[in-house]
Amino acid sequence: MENANFLVVEDSPTMRQLISFSLKRFKNAKIIEAVDGVDALKKLSGPDKIDLILTDINMPVMDGLKLVSLVRQNAQLKNIPIIIITTEGAEEDRERGLALGANAYISKPIQSSHLIKTISELLAV
Amino acid sequence: MTEESKAEKFLELFNKGKEFTEELLRENQRLRYRLASAETEQKAGGSSEEVQKLRDQITHLTEENKRIHERFSAIEEENKDFANRYIEIEEQNNNLANLYVASYQLHSTLDFREVIQIVQEIVINLIGAEAFAILLLDEKTNELKTIASEGEDVMPNIDQISIRLGDGVMGQVARTGESYYINQDIDADSGSITIDKPLAAVPLKIKEHVIGLIAIYKLLQQKDSFSAVDYELFSLLAAHAATAIFSSKLYSQSERKLNTIQSFLDLLTTTS
Repeated sequence: MENANFLVVEDSPTMRQLISFSLKRFKNAKIIEAVDGVDALKKLSGPDKIDLILTDINMPVMDGLKLVSLVRQNAQLKNIPIIIITTEGAEEDRERGLALGANAYISKPIQSSHLIKTISELLAV
Repeated sequence: MTEESKAEKFLELFNKGKEFTEELLRENQRLRYRLASAETEQKAGGSSEEVQKLRDQITHLTEENKRIHERFSAIEEENKDFANRYIEIEEQNNNLANLYVASYQLHSTLDFREVIQIVQEIVINLIGAEAFAILLLDEKTNELKTIASEGEDVMPNIDQISIRLGDGVMGQVARTGESYYINQDIDADSGSITIDKPLAAVPLKIKEHVIGLIAIYKLLQQKDSFSAVDYELFSLLAAHAATAIFSSKLYSQSERKLNTIQSFLDLLTTTS
């Protein structure tokens, strides 16, 4: 996958940088960062067409689950693949995230290779 | 000689000729038979040579097949080794990326609270801790005290730890500078993990000078135990965290001193 635009939604600068660092494995990837759900919605309505969203759950202002729900309700955005990356590792959290419309659910601490594989699979469809 | 005796003689001669001819025909028959037998034998003799040749070829090919099979097995083993090595390198790559990002973040600021916030983020997101405390050593009182923590619900009073240098597990970690880990299968809820006896305690040290420690009481639900690389990563992160905490502390102290001096100078200038 080349020239993909990724939106990384994460309140922790360390995690944002770590995810962005992993995404650099995709050739010519453009990484747009957002600090919470509201910021993410702003970036989604911006000029860049987003190919994939990676979002945390626990964030101030608007959490990741609300963001997933709003994206899936939006006619223009509903087909964008979403990956939830979170510390919440319980099965019910995973089921909830996927039921709201996330395409994949990854628990922290993340393995870069696992993240890359998941993204490649989602963007290959 | 009478006509009768001549005829008898001729008949006798004729009979001998007949017998001789018959004898020649039989001999001819015998020779034909021998020739045919010889030809068969010769043919038979030729086939066994070919069979031998083929047998040699089969032996040669069997040996070659065996060699190829052995080489295939060896390559398969090498392949497995490469696959395992690839996984190891992927893990190392992941850890190096974690370490790079963590150290970059830790040294990106000189603000003490920001550094502590980054250390907390690292311990949660990279180490995978749910309940932990960051303790700093007060060199005047020789006491380790919590300056930041997570997981009050898992470990009550985690935010108020106070331990004398050398006392208990954590006091010893701070005194010796040696990390402490216990069996990861022990759960924080089982009672084996107490405020004084964490799952892991890693010193924050600059060279041999311990300035504090990070104590982990519970890992995230999805993380069963520390992996082999976690120990190394944790120690390296702790070393970076220590220098970042120490420099930010020094910076804030110097900032305060500078402000005091500046205020004093301002006062002098004003009064003069």
